[in-house]
Amino acid sequence: MSKKIFVSGDEAVAEAVRLAKPHVISAYPITPQTVAVERISDFVEDGTLKAEYLHVESEHSAMSAAMGAAAVGARTFTATSSQGLLYMSEVLPYVSGARFPIVMMNANRTLATPWALLSDHRDSLSQLDSGWIQVYCEDAQETLDMILQAYRISEDPRVMAPMMVNLDGFVLTHTYEMVELPAQAEVDAFLPAYTTINRMDLDDPKTVCYAAMNDYMEFHMKQELDMRKVPSVIEEVDRLYGDKFGRYYDGMVEQYLCDDAEVVLVTLGSVTGTARVVVDAMRKEGHKVGLVKLRYMRPFPREEILDIASRVRAIGVLDKDISVGYEGIVFTNVNSTVADLETSPGRINFIGGLGGRNISKENTRGMFNELLELARGEKKEKIQFVNARCEYHG
Amino acid sequence: MADKLVTNARDLTNSEYFYGHRACAGCGGSLALRLAMKVLGPRTFVAIPANCMSAVSFLHPQISFSTNSMISPFAATGAVLSGIEAGARALGMKDYHVVGFAGDGGTADIGIQALSGAIDRGDRIIYVCYDNEAYMNTGIQKSGLTPYGSSTTTSPAGRNLPGATRMKKNMFEIVAAHDIAYAATASIGYPEDYLRKISKAAQCASTSYIHVLAPCSTGWGFPIEKTVEMGKEAVDCGLWYLAEFENGEFRLNRKPREFSSLEDYLKKQARFRHLTDKDMDVIKGNRDRKWKKIQDQWTV
Repeated sequence: MSKKIFVSGDEAVAEAVRLAKPHVISAYPITPQTVAVERISDFVEDGTLKAEYLHVESEHSAMSAAMGAAAVGARTFTATSSQGLLYMSEVLPYVSGARFPIVMMNANRTLATPWALLSDHRDSLSQLDSGWIQVYCEDAQETLDMILQAYRISEDPRVMAPMMVNLDGFVLTHTYEMVELPAQAEVDAFLPAYTTINRMDLDDPKTVCYAAMNDYMEFHMKQELDMRKVPSVIEEVDRLYGDKFGRYYDGMVEQYLCDDAEVVLVTLGSVTGTARVVVDAMRKEGHKVGLVKLRYMRPFPREEILDIASRVRAIGVLDKDISVGYEGIVFTNVNSTVADLETSPGRINFIGGLGGRNISKENTRGMFNELLELARGEKKEKIQFVNARCEYHG
Repeated sequence: MADKLVTNARDLTNSEYFYGHRACAGCGGSLALRLAMKVLGPRTFVAIPANCMSAVSFLHPQISFSTNSMISPFAATGAVLSGIEAGARALGMKDYHVVGFAGDGGTADIGIQALSGAIDRGDRIIYVCYDNEAYMNTGIQKSGLTPYGSSTTTSPAGRNLPGATRMKKNMFEIVAAHDIAYAATASIGYPEDYLRKISKAAQCASTSYIHVLAPCSTGWGFPIEKTVEMGKEAVDCGLWYLAEFENGEFRLNRKPREFSSLEDYLKKQARFRHLTDKDMDVIKGNRDRKWKKIQDQWTV
């Protein structure tokens, strides 16, 4: 039987990891990921999680040790955040290229400098090209569920790709919520033991992580072609999980009141909760607004975005990041998909929440108003900063 | 498996676990790997970071290892070895070895953090540093183990500098300072000693470290048939030494009655050919200080 527990996002991750029973955990502490690895350490100590916990000396080593363990066929887990993710970034394409299904939690936190502790998405979005599946969570429950789904998705022989489960630092990692904890037996039925031929084997020795000068291109074409099939596996696992545990997340993208929407706002992560409330309020006032919760950034939900874009008059993309010298990274991704349409809707890129700057209901309402005015034919700045303390003169 | 100590060629298997590679003729590093693998045997997991040995042996589809093997990130040999060991342990595997072969740069420079972490965890892994005293794979650049006076492509000897201006980083004692269970220096010029040390490492229940001098004909500039001789002479002239660290004690394994000619050793190598008498005095002074410390503080 499942039970209700009152936990933070970090603790929800730890509970999910205990349920997933990885063989090896290697992690290096970084705020705001720490509570997750502390709880996991407690579970290893008290014997409720029978795993090897490696105290590594850096994030680079955390990912490298996880790779070593994955290379002998072990189920692995690691967790990081911000600078830590960038420090291990060298190893991310190593892991994805070798097709090791490592699951990692990333507590989204801004990058130095200036130093800041709070959440934005510059860390994980800088790693979009690393070959990892990336999912973004809205609350602690979704985070717990996605850690469990991540193993099922990554270890699927059709996928064999590592997966990064992102949750906003502090907003999710340190905020307490009621979370439904599935029963171990149910999880065991959902998540079978990991077996693979892609491993070093004493009875059938082989080499992994080798050099492939002449076949390099074909290896990566295979990786890309496999990744294109991942959305269907994600949908399949989402259905399976929902049937078993009663929670469905709509796969790649959740569309909230989008069916008849004139304008939609695309969000990632916890800010979706705020936007949901604003959409409800504005709907009551008669505005045809909708919300697109972009759950996966890789693989990118091209089909879903095309479908939505073909139906609306304006799309706003809320980026908690910026690719300095261009625009928000999510916006770039949405834009390149929308460019496939013969007539594309109006688009505005809202840059907000950098360094954890608040994005209020009023700010969100302001974004929808800009989109509604754009849909009515008014001219708008393409890139707008939200809740900034200085003027932007584009 | 190395149930008993391997001390000479008669104890070695005829099986080869590392062959068909593309190393230069006269490569000392490949000899270090080949001999170590003969001691460790078929149930061995190998991890090698960026270095000559991975460059010449991991080219798909022509892999030169018949055992399990992988390339590790350059900086992370120690961490990958730990991961393999932890995974194998967690999966209940029995009767196997986990060994890494990193070069001098991969050990003393970019990989020192991960090596330190691995020793600190005490994982049952064997870390072999094959030391050819520069980044040979990338074209003979200076590493932290390049000796004083060695001309490399990034420490060129010229009118103003004698080549490298620093002594070799003291990896053996840095490793020993971790209170490691077993550490040893070796040279491919003394293969029996090296084989014995690899087999001791294989029996070690915790982390072990072997630092083997592996002369490089290409990078040092000597004839390809002289590799083993150079490895021997380095020890005989006192610029390298054969020692062990065990139970918290240093022990010298070979005490030359008198040193062979240091000048002869250096002048045989293109990388040292420019050295002046003054440079020779610097090198000799450093050697003598080191040996005085060894005589005074180690079991000799």
